[in-house]
Amino acid sequence: MSKLCLVVDDSGVVRKIARRIAEELGFSVREAEDGQKAYEACQDTMPEAILLDWNMPVMSGIEFLEKLRQMPNGAYPKVVFCTTENDMAHIQRAMIAGANEYIMKPFDTEIVQSKFIQIGLID
Amino acid sequence: MKVADFELYKDLLYTKSGLVITPDKSYLLDSRLTPIAKKWGFADIDAMTLKLRALPDPKLVIDIVEAMTTNETSFFRDLKPFTQFEDTMLPAMLAARQNKKTLRIWCAACSSGQEPYSLAMILREREAQLKGWRIEIVATDISQEILDNARAATYSQFEVQRGLPITYLMKYFVQDNEKWKLKDDIKSMIKYSMFNLLDDMSRLGTFDIIFCRNVLIYFDEKTKSKVLTQLASRLEKDGFLLLGGAETVLGISDKFKLMPEKRGLYIHAAPGEANTILRTQQA
Repeated sequence: MSKLCLVVDDSGVVRKIARRIAEELGFSVREAEDGQKAYEACQDTMPEAILLDWNMPVMSGIEFLEKLRQMPNGAYPKVVFCTTENDMAHIQRAMIAGANEYIMKPFDTEIVQSKFIQIGLID
Repeated sequence: MKVADFELYKDLLYTKSGLVITPDKSYLLDSRLTPIAKKWGFADIDAMTLKLRALPDPKLVIDIVEAMTTNETSFFRDLKPFTQFEDTMLPAMLAARQNKKTLRIWCAACSSGQEPYSLAMILREREAQLKGWRIEIVATDISQEILDNARAATYSQFEVQRGLPITYLMKYFVQDNEKWKLKDDIKSMIKYSMFNLLDDMSRLGTFDIIFCRNVLIYFDEKTKSKVLTQLASRLEKDGFLLLGGAETVLGISDKFKLMPEKRGLYIHAAPGEANTILRTQQA
């Protein structure tokens, strides 16, 4: 069975691009449009990978990540931020909150692939 | 870039160099070809594309192919060579040179510096273990312009994301508006100089580890063989040579043999040995 990647972004266009890339890399994909929906998706099924936007309505990516890491089994998913926030302060905050990698938008297949390889999600 | 224009460049690059370019790389066409359009006096890439469609100047085509191929690089490119550096080459060399405590590494086609800097970061991560060692990284390239870029060590957001772990970005880079600058203590670990691989290599001295990746592919067989012979004379007898993933010495040079199970990693072959290997593999 293929690994599950949860794509969390309030933009349908970005979700579509991220979905295509994750599928190319061999993942099955589930989408969520904000942190709250992502949290609910994780309560249902804990994914192997999460591609996570920062700025979203209802619940932001960083709030979601902090809540996720408190969940039973919440340390399991590898979380890769994928955001337009591209300064060191945001990167540091994300890593302290428990992110595994960080992508600054815009991104392409190669960037996602290299990050996934580095954190051991794919070979 | 318009789809039809992208297709034009895609076909051109494939037929001229074998380079395969996918739609998600169209940003690379824009960033690489804008300087070429400017150099040739076109208003923009679109104007150059029109000319290419109407009456392509062979020299313009060469410029385009070079701009798209020769400097293709990234931090920790292909990853495997760098894990081989950490897991195979470095432990072997640290044991073999434990009395001298010196190590010389050569990046023979260093382009804009990502390869030597990746090695420098790996070494910096092992600072405690390497205390008292003198490790020299020599990095050369044929292009003065690209060496200036390597020395400046200032990279775009795209460049620092291709292959570079975020923890290394945080540790070894400082942000400068849209750019990311490598810190001086990593920059200062590399000695850069201009060098053409077809020239006499003896002035460079000898090395324990040579990275010569993705450059032989641009040469014909005769040149490949000459370069490999020279590289063999520059490599210590127990040293390592790393070639690119698509490169081989098979049938071109008997100076090196592939290490079993290690893609791209070569050591000196004893006289006659390489031919035996060749025959076995062809059988």
